[in-house]
Amino acid sequence: MTGPGMKGGGMEDPVAKGAAMGGAWEHYVDSRPYPDPAAEAPATRFDAHASTGRLMLRRFLRHRLAVLGALFLGLSYLSLPFVDFLVPYGANDRDVEHLYAPPQGIHLFHDGQFIGPFVYPTTGRPDLKDYRWRYETDSSRPMPLQFLCPGAPYRFLGLVESRLRLVCPPPGASLHLLGTDRLGRDMLSRLAIGAQLSLTVGLLGIAVSFTIGITLGGMAGYFGGWIDAGVQRLSEILKSLPELPLWLALSAAVPAQWSPVTVFLCISVILGLLDWPSLARAVRSRFLALREEDFVMAAELMGASPARIIRRHLLPNFASHLLASATLSIPAMILGETALSFLGLGLRPPATSWGVMLNDAQNLMAVETYPWVSLPMLPVILVVLSFNFFGDGLRDALDPYHGD
Amino acid sequence: MLRFILHRLLVMVPTLIVVSMLIFLVINLPPGDYLSNQIAELRATGQEAGLAKAEFLRHEYSLDRPLPEQYLVWIGLWPGPNGFHGLLQGDLGWSFEFNKPVVEVVGETLWFTVILNLAAVLFVYLVSFPLGALAAIRANSWVDYLAAAVGYIGLATPNFLLALILLYYGQKWLGLPIGGLLDAKYEDQPLSWGKIGSVLEHLIIPTIVIGLSGTAAMVRRLRANLLDELGKPYVVTAKAKGVPPLRRLTRYPLRMALNPFVSDIGSLLPSLVSGSVLISVVLSLPTIGPALLEALRAQDIFLSGFILMFISLLVLIGMLVSDVALALLDPRIRLGKARKAQS
Repeated sequence: MTGPGMKGGGMEDPVAKGAAMGGAWEHYVDSRPYPDPAAEAPATRFDAHASTGRLMLRRFLRHRLAVLGALFLGLSYLSLPFVDFLVPYGANDRDVEHLYAPPQGIHLFHDGQFIGPFVYPTTGRPDLKDYRWRYETDSSRPMPLQFLCPGAPYRFLGLVESRLRLVCPPPGASLHLLGTDRLGRDMLSRLAIGAQLSLTVGLLGIAVSFTIGITLGGMAGYFGGWIDAGVQRLSEILKSLPELPLWLALSAAVPAQWSPVTVFLCISVILGLLDWPSLARAVRSRFLALREEDFVMAAELMGASPARIIRRHLLPNFASHLLASATLSIPAMILGETALSFLGLGLRPPATSWGVMLNDAQNLMAVETYPWVSLPMLPVILVVLSFNFFGDGLRDALDPYHGD
Repeated sequence: MLRFILHRLLVMVPTLIVVSMLIFLVINLPPGDYLSNQIAELRATGQEAGLAKAEFLRHEYSLDRPLPEQYLVWIGLWPGPNGFHGLLQGDLGWSFEFNKPVVEVVGETLWFTVILNLAAVLFVYLVSFPLGALAAIRANSWVDYLAAAVGYIGLATPNFLLALILLYYGQKWLGLPIGGLLDAKYEDQPLSWGKIGSVLEHLIIPTIVIGLSGTAAMVRRLRANLLDELGKPYVVTAKAKGVPPLRRLTRYPLRMALNPFVSDIGSLLPSLVSGSVLISVVLSLPTIGPALLEALRAQDIFLSGFILMFISLLVLIGMLVSDVALALLDPRIRLGKARKAQS
């Protein structure tokens, strides 16, 4: 209902007015300028001049769950190198006095008196009737925690020998905030150290899948012809194969006597090996679609070389989409590693990952009596959800001119 | 229509060939093979009697030949010691680990595998269709949010853990049976209603676990498609003309949104079947999952090779069915593909 002609709602109707004046039509001139400048002015947005990056950021920040996911992931990945410093125990340090110990709380007040963070010591005894461990808390002796203290030795970044830890258990007591497992290893420390492998396996896997996917997809899109047809068929076939059985078959081929690091690398490669088809297809289709765009034609007419066109005009256009799709396929790999290790065909002890830890949760009896053994599922769920939210937000944000 | 199905079947042949090559390559990746390991072990312990049998099996199943020849013998395109004896002739080979023919090892489990996967597909359809439609119609209501929440749980929880949790609480609160596919008392019993009921009861948890992540994906997809469709001008027109709400929904928008729903099951199948293998191992269901794990650990190549082939075939057939269903539903696809097939 805009447009200058329709605006006369509040005004007197010239026809009615003319008729009312009896007989002769008066020449009526609307005093308003025509065309209406308000209607003709191009629709302006308050952010019309903002750069694409700004728009993306603004759009991304509006997706609250995505921001939350990004923060959580950022924090997790940034703390990976310092994990050994942050946790009180090593991944394979055994506390034989505390097998299957329940989570301990940190207290601040003892008998109504503030004495800073402390724990109560616990002592365990085997309950031979129910055949389980029972722990008693001695709440008469508060034991203050120590900070920045020498604890169990570790190698910082695998290089520098160090004993400095953020928190240490008080001498004579234990500090198992999330309990211990079958062998008396601290769950919290193992969770944090396990994150190092569990979180990087997805990154390495996606790197492998990216390399294969972009190379094959790019070749298919660029050369076309039989290469295109071949890559297309191969990716269709791989996509129609159930992933997990093949992962199982491939990881069964990894010799058991290899070192944990080699096994870890192999598993990452295996996870990435079957993931590339969807990526290759995305690269190919974007390549084909973008090649027909006017700006590519313009660049060609201006004499840009194919290499420059690909680098300056094509890549930036789909790199962001690739990034978003990568973010969305990392969780599948993290879950894949968990499943493989859970079945005993992925990472194997002494390597510590969430999947290896969950291997202990296979025993339903243990889960019932000592429920904290299945705690590693929490970080798995959190990380997978974060990646999903982050990826969704990223995908929406990368298209700032679309929608609203 | 017949031509369309025929064309699709023909396309499956090269696919199966490539798949079988890939699978054969993968199962032969581990250094050495079951028999040479066994022979070495028998030599070391000096058991000459077993040695002769192992050597015999090695020759019988052509393990002493080069790899490409082994492959062709396995498939049944190259004469083995006793003429053509491969998958094509219906000879599935010998399971060294279980010391009996592969047919006997897998036997009934094949049917259970098919039943379990069918149940999972049915579950995905039956749950995601009403839930997805409801989530779209009542967008941003509690139904929508509930569907999204369930979806995210299904997406993010490793399904083997979900299986364990549901198994535990299903047993504790609902008295659902743990593990297996039927009660022990029905084993080796003739088919009866009680037996079928027992199987169904045992299928509940595995079906939910296997289907949940697929359901989540389908609900999201259907919701998005239906929302797109509901926002189109023809729906507004229908509303303006006074078409009642239910008819306004079912007449066109739902049918339009249904197409991707049918075709998506094809892309969902691989992950469903993957899930069924994993869940079977965790819940010790008598499908081919546990046998596959065993075979892979022991390098029992004929057993693992056949199981992998069977799983792939299951997926391919499922995709074929979904394609045919889609073609039945949508003439554009049927005609488009047929034209392409003719050219």
